[in-house]
Amino acid sequence: MAEAAHNTQDGETTRRDFIYIAGASVAAVGVAATIWPFIDQMNPAADTRALSTTEVDLAAVPEGQQIKVMWQGKPVFVRHRTAAEIASAQRDDFANLKDPQTDADRLVQENGEAGQPAWLILQASCTHLGCVPTFVEGSAFGGWFCPCHGSDYDTSGRIRRGPAPKNLLVAPYLFTGPTAIRIG
Amino acid sequence: MSGPSTYEPKSGITRWLDRRLPILRLTHDSFVAYPTPRNLNYWWTFGAMLSLCLIVQIVTGIVLAMHYVPHIDMAFASVQRIDRDVPFGWLIQNIHSVGASMFFLAVYIHMFRGLYYGSYKAPRELLWILGCIIYLLMVATGFLGYTLPWGQMSFWGATVITNLLGALPLVGESIKNWLMGGFSVDQPTINRFFSLHYLLPFVIAGVVALHVWALHEAGQNNPVGVDVKSKADTVPFTPHATIKDLFATTLFVILFAVFVFYMPDALGHADNFIPANPLQTPPEIVPEWYLLPFYAILRAFDFNIGPIDSKLAGVLAMFASIGVLFILPWLDTSRVRSMRYRPIARQFFVIFVVVCVFLGWCGGQNPGNILLKAGQFTATLSWVAEGQLSERSIEAPTAAQWQETADAAEAEARSQGADMTAVTRTGETTGTIRVVTGGNPELQTVEASTPDLLEEHIAEMKAEVGQAAPFYTVVRSLPPRFTVTNFSQVLTLYYFLFFLVILPILGLRERPDRVPDTIAKPIAQGAP
Amino acid sequence: MLRAISAAAVLVLAGVGVAWAAVHGEEPEKYPFSFESPVGSYDMAAVQRGFQVYNQVCANCHSMNHLAYRHLGEEGGPFALYMVQNEETHQPEPHVGRPEHGGEFVEVTDNPYVRAIAQSHMITDIDPNSGQPTDRPGRISDRFRRPFPNEIAARASNGGAAPPDLSVITHARHGGAPYVRSLLMGYDGQTRGTLHHNPYFPGGWLAMAPPLADGAVPYADTETPQTVEQYATDVATFLQWAADPHMEARKRLGIVVLAFLLALSGLLYLAYKQVWRGESH
Repeated sequence: MAEAAHNTQDGETTRRDFIYIAGASVAAVGVAATIWPFIDQMNPAADTRALSTTEVDLAAVPEGQQIKVMWQGKPVFVRHRTAAEIASAQRDDFANLKDPQTDADRLVQENGEAGQPAWLILQASCTHLGCVPTFVEGSAFGGWFCPCHGSDYDTSGRIRRGPAPKNLLVAPYLFTGPTAIRIG
Repeated sequence: MSGPSTYEPKSGITRWLDRRLPILRLTHDSFVAYPTPRNLNYWWTFGAMLSLCLIVQIVTGIVLAMHYVPHIDMAFASVQRIDRDVPFGWLIQNIHSVGASMFFLAVYIHMFRGLYYGSYKAPRELLWILGCIIYLLMVATGFLGYTLPWGQMSFWGATVITNLLGALPLVGESIKNWLMGGFSVDQPTINRFFSLHYLLPFVIAGVVALHVWALHEAGQNNPVGVDVKSKADTVPFTPHATIKDLFATTLFVILFAVFVFYMPDALGHADNFIPANPLQTPPEIVPEWYLLPFYAILRAFDFNIGPIDSKLAGVLAMFASIGVLFILPWLDTSRVRSMRYRPIARQFFVIFVVVCVFLGWCGGQNPGNILLKAGQFTATLSWVAEGQLSERSIEAPTAAQWQETADAAEAEARSQGADMTAVTRTGETTGTIRVVTGGNPELQTVEASTPDLLEEHIAEMKAEVGQAAPFYTVVRSLPPRFTVTNFSQVLTLYYFLFFLVILPILGLRERPDRVPDTIAKPIAQGAP
Repeated sequence: MLRAISAAAVLVLAGVGVAWAAVHGEEPEKYPFSFESPVGSYDMAAVQRGFQVYNQVCANCHSMNHLAYRHLGEEGGPFALYMVQNEETHQPEPHVGRPEHGGEFVEVTDNPYVRAIAQSHMITDIDPNSGQPTDRPGRISDRFRRPFPNEIAARASNGGAAPPDLSVITHARHGGAPYVRSLLMGYDGQTRGTLHHNPYFPGGWLAMAPPLADGAVPYADTETPQTVEQYATDVATFLQWAADPHMEARKRLGIVVLAFLLALSGLLYLAYKQVWRGESH
């Protein structure tokens, strides 16, 4: 401001500066507050958030089989484990694990109650870079194998070999009946 | 940009930048040190508001495009989803739709200001023409955007406008097909409209850059209309113009916010909340308010002009009404810029503004609405009650002699004592004549305020009399009336007269008031 | 000249008034809806009752495709659930509808009322195992149950006139909620074939038979009269909410924004005066 120099009285300078600073601060607050709705609109919309649960009928999954269901737009494994798979998973609870976790811990329901050993509910995304692993009968650890970068998971979905750092994530689920679960 | 640059980089970084990309110098010269006439009034703050509008529309538009689905079955629902489910979607969608109206409000004031103060005259002809191009692009963008929600008005507006362009000679049919991408307004249409609606705002931004460039080359006009002659005539753009623009723009944003938060749908039309239905046209199709004056001009032509049919005449007149703005710099012959010193032109200008407002009003009305009439519409029904009805067929020798034969038959019946006769033609040469003999002649008059109501009342009267009357003679008296269409015709005439006759002639004949020598002089003398 | 212009304007407006009444229906009866003023909010009890009327009467023919059951329990919805501290016991208690002050909003996924409403409707879906169409109890994410599978069926079942979707009906009709209310109360008993006379309907004759009758919808709240007028008022309020569910948030935010802008414009005006001090212009 070129004419700032020819203001002589101190009081006047103070008052003038106050108005400018107040105006600029209020305007800055306004701009900042205006930005928020434009950021927030990119968050998941209410309809997307409401689709966050999926109901699954377990009666349709025979023992030794699994189905893939969609939950929040992502695949989830619902595996009906055989006695052999359960035994193998429990046996390895204290093996040398990269991401140590017991099989029982991986069956816990959303509300903290214990699950059923026959039913393993896993998010079907390899913890390495997000590909969907395949269940390979008779693979090195009896469980899932990720075709992208060769991670091996056991029958509890724990990482045993390969680049993935973590066990397959357990999907939050709840038994809503003897043969029905709700995911999410 | 006028005069040598006064920018002096102060730090090492700015010096480094100035050697390589003198963007700070450009900004400083264009928006800080730029000399602004010191007498600019608030009408000169609308440029700032328009820049704000463009930015707001682009930002909200990009955000809406993240959620909108350009599909005939999903567009309407996706807009509903934005309003209901997207976080702050209702706010952003309201800003975008109200923003279009605010944009046009500001641009119209901006244009009227340019018109009043002669901002289109040398050396600002290109500046004005670039502005007209921006306006045309705005109209196109506004129209394309209005179709996207795919409501009834969207759909039928798109149908009407594409057909309207189809009326143009030679190129019309092709343009129509390119826009529709099919035999009707359909999925290809909404897809390409969405694409173009996304594109055009950036084209506008480009032309705005040229507009501002041209403005800074020629310098701003001012309310007195005389050129800047010395430094005493100007103040630096920042802070003087900047703070005034900011203040005025904030007031504008208050108006904007009142609409967004308290009447977001006030400027829209209820029918656009009905999903598009290609099987049914809404009872009245009107464009958004900002296009109503042109709509009125389009509809004012309900008559053929020689070889030009009424449809084409309306379309041409509508385009001409914008086209005439492009040649305005050469139509106005006056050497005085500002109408402040043109007492007669000023009065014609005021009438012009009123005419434009009324044209807008006419555009929103049913064209057949009657504004003035010489008297009531009346009809006289006469019939014979309780008479003897007889009927026989008649035949004329040739079709050309039909009327003679019918008249002869009626005359004959009357000479035989008939009270009332009626002839119905059933073929080329055949017909029946019905004759009522005896009974009591009856007479009833009905009255109504519109021709449609009159027909309704006649029908009611007939239903009331029922079987008692075999048939009627109806004599209608329709006094001369002045409809919305007639009013539009008068207004359209003035619109074109103003540009094509009044401004050219007045510029040569009018004796202007004394124009001050410099901008600073009237201020020093205490005049506004 | 000004006088001439204003005289012309009066004439023009008078002419329009006459024409309007002829083309459109009768002017809707005025009613002091709670949501009308710039600070007005929804009477949530009326919205709840209106939903009941819609659900038991209107929903037999009219869809509301843009509404999902969860909308009823979202913030600003009629069945939004809040946990409010009881002043005596200091225990949190559920409270339906926005409380006067305080209260913690309960996410709609945990709202038992909305879940119960959703589950009471059978929704047509594809059976995930057989792939065949099947009916299952509704979930909160489901859209309101459609009375007809598609528009052709809607038309065929209603003598050729498909009942319009009611999601945004108060926006889609001139006259808004007062129009809906007047229309529902305005039947005068005349019929012509399958058409019914109603002075508020443009053209006067509509295919919808009078949908409401005194006592037809039993309100749990016995204080509220169970009359056609009350039903019509309640359902019009509900439909207004359905068309504009964020109105309360919008008006609340509007006050903040306007107050802010007024303060800012005041400061900018002072700054403007300061900058231009001593400059003749």
